[in-house]
Amino acid sequence: MSKSLKLYSVLGVASAALMVGAYNFADRFVAPMPQDAPRMAADSASPDMMFIAAARAQEAADAKRLGLGREALPEEIAAWNVDVRPDGSGLPEGSGSVMDGEELFVDYCAVCHGDFAEGVDNWPKLAGGDGTLADRDPVKTVGSYWPYLSTVWDYVHRSMPFGGAQTLSADETYAIVAYILYSNYLVDEDFVLSKDNFLEVEMPNADGFIVDDRPETEYGRFSEEACMENCKDSVEITMHATVLDVTPDEGAEAEAGAAMEEANADTAADEKIEAVAEAAEPAAESAAASEAPAESEPAAEGDALDMALVEEGESVFRQCKACHQVGEGATNRVGPQLNGIVGHPKAAVDGFRYSKTLESMGEAGEVWSEENLAAFLADPRGYVKGTKMSFKGLRKDEDIAAVIEYLKSFSQ
Amino acid sequence: MTAETEKKGASRRAFLKGAVAAGGAVAGAGMARAAEPDPLITEVQEWASGLGEGVDATPYGMPIRFEDDVIRRNVEWLTADTISSINFTPIHALDGTITPQGCAFERHHSGAIELKKEDYRLMINGLVDKPMIFTYADLERFPRENHVYFCECAANTGMEWAGAQLNGAQFTHGMIHNMEYSGVSLRTLLTEAGMETTGDLSDKWVYVEGADASSNGRSIPMDKALDDVLVAFKANGEALRKEHGYPVRLVVPGWEGNMWVKWLRRIEVMDGPVESREETSKYTDTLADGTSRKWTWVMDAKSVVTSPSPQSPITHGAGPLVITGLAWSGHGKITRVDVSTDGGMNWQQARLATEGQNKALTRFYLEIDWDGSEMLLQSRAHDETGYVQPTKDALREVRGENSIYHNNCIQTWWVKENGEAENVEVS
Repeated sequence: MSKSLKLYSVLGVASAALMVGAYNFADRFVAPMPQDAPRMAADSASPDMMFIAAARAQEAADAKRLGLGREALPEEIAAWNVDVRPDGSGLPEGSGSVMDGEELFVDYCAVCHGDFAEGVDNWPKLAGGDGTLADRDPVKTVGSYWPYLSTVWDYVHRSMPFGGAQTLSADETYAIVAYILYSNYLVDEDFVLSKDNFLEVEMPNADGFIVDDRPETEYGRFSEEACMENCKDSVEITMHATVLDVTPDEGAEAEAGAAMEEANADTAADEKIEAVAEAAEPAAESAAASEAPAESEPAAEGDALDMALVEEGESVFRQCKACHQVGEGATNRVGPQLNGIVGHPKAAVDGFRYSKTLESMGEAGEVWSEENLAAFLADPRGYVKGTKMSFKGLRKDEDIAAVIEYLKSFSQ
Repeated sequence: MTAETEKKGASRRAFLKGAVAAGGAVAGAGMARAAEPDPLITEVQEWASGLGEGVDATPYGMPIRFEDDVIRRNVEWLTADTISSINFTPIHALDGTITPQGCAFERHHSGAIELKKEDYRLMINGLVDKPMIFTYADLERFPRENHVYFCECAANTGMEWAGAQLNGAQFTHGMIHNMEYSGVSLRTLLTEAGMETTGDLSDKWVYVEGADASSNGRSIPMDKALDDVLVAFKANGEALRKEHGYPVRLVVPGWEGNMWVKWLRRIEVMDGPVESREETSKYTDTLADGTSRKWTWVMDAKSVVTSPSPQSPITHGAGPLVITGLAWSGHGKITRVDVSTDGGMNWQQARLATEGQNKALTRFYLEIDWDGSEMLLQSRAHDETGYVQPTKDALREVRGENSIYHNNCIQTWWVKENGEAENVEVS
């Protein structure tokens, strides 16, 4: 720490001292660099040597700025510098209502977070959990945990929806954030969130955080002399990991996974890592049998697939992979699994909840042909109004053809 | 789960069982003589007579197939989807300290993206003299540094707060890797953008952000940014792997892995933290009373016995036994590691393979003459600040059980008479 503080003062002084700063800098921080030389020279008392040293230090100062890179243009900064801070700085003009937000949320977010932000499967719950933070199993949501509304806006705008990040407009983001507030009972249903009233929203857990206090609360007590002999009277095993049997060990992996998923369906990502000992009961193991994965085999050669195109399609499909699985063992994720999708009735993959539009297309007996799949992939929202697929569409016809050929290579 | 891995799994388990049994028998027979000559020696083996593979058989080599169970593994039930998930380094099967990139744990928030060097841009903006754009080629022209550092996810061992849960060092402690990084110091790049107009640096921050869809961003106080943070493009001598942020990632020595932003695309000098999702709703540590610690960046001293351990049982019976493990501290160097074979009642000092290095893994060994009776194996790290790795109970006393992150407790393996080991908690 003290080194850094010295550095500040060095950087803080005027240019006259800069060369001294430069060689301090080189000396202290970049040991293997050639600037070591002036330091050695400067140690000698001779005025000549001092002069040379000063000249070299000047070189070092110049070397500090190598003149690499180029100045960023305002348009470039505007494109990337979109973070929003607790004081609202960075928020663009705009507004959105709870009502609009609900519609958007159902379209873009509900597939993972649930229609009411209650969370689907292991995806994060965004609402509820009020007053649970001191419980054995805290439920951390925007309402119960997040200290700043700016974080919600910033994250939704930059990182969501999953697989279609950075596609929401400012107004859409205001609306979705308004709906998340509404689903946490923090605003009324006629609420409209805007840049102007943004800071008026009170986050329930705003005061629930303290800055890391380990130096005060822990480092002293954990720095005492370590006991080496007869440190305790007896040692008993108080808990065994094998009692839980949740360790993935090859064949056992799916089984334990299903059991734990059952027991912990509502916690998300990092919080999942939370110890779940008490949640796992032996009974859960019987719930293990996971759904049989869809059978899938490469289509028969007689189908005359263009294998080069299939290969291209495989690489285009990377854009789809965040949400769709295809091939052996493919299951529904954010989107339905796609084995045998070409020629398959619409909205008919088992266990997937489709948008209303797609569902009615399916009820009308429509089938995914190569043609209408191409139309859908070119403009998902244009082809299926209200589709849950947040993907913006494939721009190039050849990418569409390739991805369809690739999908054709997986029969049901 | 493919049929192939199932088979592999079954055979590995069978191997372990068989090996334990065979080891016992050998030990029983004592050291001495073989009953009959070993055909591996007395008969000419195929590999000693025929020819092996030519030089270009694998232009970029992979480990030999006999090591194909030394891989990263995922705990499926932890996360909703592998796109936003984590897996674990097979530390139980590695030795030394450097983690090969190919088996170093991965953690993505929106999947590992492919970003070409040619398409790479790094922006430095905010409170600098001149906002700058650097290409990958630009970065290669700055003076370079090489350092070995560990990278540990804040959630490493996070599943163990409420009790012993996952049976294997890979799963309890495998959210860690240790690599030699080559890159440019962040200080150098900030200097290039200029901070003469930044003002008092002591209350400034940098916000660092990734180029992937999750746009993972973290705020780092300026004193750390200017101290030892590295903008790295090589690890262990070669390009970063895609899953570790190719072509450029941030290295934040000693601090939690989430701050080591991958696919680094922007650095903004600011007068305060952004309070992004990853530093408010996540990576904050909830205490028993429901308040939460934030800005818990440093990874405190920690160690674990990697072998013997549940995935690395003793297969040779009683007699000479090498106990080994890893120790590290985000505060600096490891100065000492103690090992207990009786659950923490008595301790002896282990041998450090090399002197502890700053914010890097240290390998320790303790060679013992195992009498074949059960052991409760523990290790305890000491770092240069005088900090001693605490027990799980001591940590829980301060924090409760809901911190999720920063669990650096002493780990216990119960080694049974047959050499198998299990993750347990002891009184």
